[in-house]
Amino acid sequence: MRTETAGGGTVAGDGAAAEPLIEVDGVEKVFSVRRRAGRLRRVRQEVRAVDGLTFRVPRGEMVGYIGPNGAGKSTTVKMLTGILTPSGGRLRVAGIDPARERTRLARRIGVVFGQRTTLWWDLPLKDSYELVRRMYRVPDPVYRANLDRCVELLDLAPLLAVPVRQLSLGQRMRGDIAAALLHDPEVLYLDEPTIGLDVVSKAKVRQFLREVNAERGTTVLLTTHDLTDIEQLCRRVMVIDHGRLVHDGGLDALRAAGEGERTLVVDLERELPPLEVPGARTVRVEGPRQWLAFPAGRSAAPLVTAIAERYPLVDLSLREPDIEEVIARLYAGAHGPAPR
Amino acid sequence: MWCVAVAAGSFRRYATYRVATVAGVFTNTVFGFIVAYAYLALWAERPHLGGYDRAQALTFVWIAQALLAASALMSGGGLDELQERIRTGDVAVDLYRPADLQLWWLAADLGRAALQLIGRGVVPLTVGALVFPLALPGDAATWGWFLLSVLLGVVVSFALRYLVALASFWLLDGSGLSLISGLACMFFSGMVLPLRVFPGGFGEVAQLLPWAAILQVPADVLVGARGGDGLVRGLVFQAAWGAALLALGRLAQSAATRKVVVQGG
Repeated sequence: MRTETAGGGTVAGDGAAAEPLIEVDGVEKVFSVRRRAGRLRRVRQEVRAVDGLTFRVPRGEMVGYIGPNGAGKSTTVKMLTGILTPSGGRLRVAGIDPARERTRLARRIGVVFGQRTTLWWDLPLKDSYELVRRMYRVPDPVYRANLDRCVELLDLAPLLAVPVRQLSLGQRMRGDIAAALLHDPEVLYLDEPTIGLDVVSKAKVRQFLREVNAERGTTVLLTTHDLTDIEQLCRRVMVIDHGRLVHDGGLDALRAAGEGERTLVVDLERELPPLEVPGARTVRVEGPRQWLAFPAGRSAAPLVTAIAERYPLVDLSLREPDIEEVIARLYAGAHGPAPR
Repeated sequence: MWCVAVAAGSFRRYATYRVATVAGVFTNTVFGFIVAYAYLALWAERPHLGGYDRAQALTFVWIAQALLAASALMSGGGLDELQERIRTGDVAVDLYRPADLQLWWLAADLGRAALQLIGRGVVPLTVGALVFPLALPGDAATWGWFLLSVLLGVVVSFALRYLVALASFWLLDGSGLSLISGLACMFFSGMVLPLRVFPGGFGEVAQLLPWAAILQVPADVLVGARGGDGLVRGLVFQAAWGAALLALGRLAQSAATRKVVVQGG
């Protein structure tokens, strides 16, 4: 089996001081699927959606949880919220076994799905919030304070009286996020919270999440395909593939683990054949501009000196490895032979 | 209590569909006339068919039209939506709430039924009463029992539709089952003809099935066809089916949430 912490441990205080709010120990989920095999025969086949997953999330941390489609992200979240029962292993959220006490846990968590809404489609946004207040038995002052905060930070004031079906996607998303926070949840699960949003809406949502995490200490588990979300919000990122963690650590560690390359872009005085510099290779030439790739772990300084000494250098810039590329490589690498 | 908020929200929600309500009232009234004339022809040929006189038979027609939407006599009600949510996986969102799924939808269905009883029931019944000689009771008590019986009927109707909707957890497409269940309800509730009209064993069995609790019993309460302890027995019959079917729904619900892969995403 592959190492579970390719990037060398977690970033935010995983020490004894921080109490783990989410504990996942060797959790498995096996689905039994029936397949056609011939005209009438059906064959039962086991699909391991989650396979020996282990991690801890301390209170107040904001963790990115990423992986390709079908990797087991949603299954994990469903087990963490108690709507799926794990086939094996141990799982605790705020000390509660989710599958056994789903309703009790539900009062302490918030869930936002980018592609589904919890709001009442044909009624004004405000009605959905009133319902949340009653359903979660939120005390009046708390409700008022939380609602005011959300309304202010998410610009909801003009939307409160508007039926949800008339909201734009970005507005609806903001409305959904507010609905998930009115009862002061300890954990917030976000599943693609910025999917389909424009740049401004994305920024607004991210800023709000940062503030909630910083001020309320709300623990956040963020599932997304938009890596900018992760880069801007999370110091720790867990990567899952085929039901297993292939990385658990900081973004920098992830870049290093992906064996990424940095790129030096040099502008020369005139067009030249591809430069030959030790420790780097020229990957692209376009007129007087050339792109040189070198390992992410090495310093760019000697390279720059070497080029400046030998070639007519006008300008240069340095590009960090693209996190998407790193992850694409990680996904591809994780497909190697694994004991089943 | 959140249930009240859900029911009230559902009531308000259905109140926003004004055009649909007006169209529904129009349809119910037109069909009321068609069926009323058919009954008139039938009762002219066979007076006291099923023990109903002409006025009672006509009242039955207009009660059926008045309850058609509220008691979801032909199909759906709001539970098509639950079926759709199960099919698309949106039901996962409902399960994240600290609220019981069945109780949530029951509250929503009662809110819907209340709106549709007022919005789609009052006008057809009034039109029917103005045009035809109906056997409507003059005392408030009978109307009170009638409303209680309608409420119990809606609960039975809900419990049946909830079971049908939950079947979508196992069936990939529940629309066939909905269709069958809608047809069964239409016939066995007494909407086509009062169940007492059917002779012999068939009629007797039909009157014991849960669908009879949805229309046959409330209509009999209103037209005064249930004298003496018949009234109480009718209400107990409804309550018993309601309780049994709700309990069955709970079993199905826990089985569904335990085994089920919530489809998609």
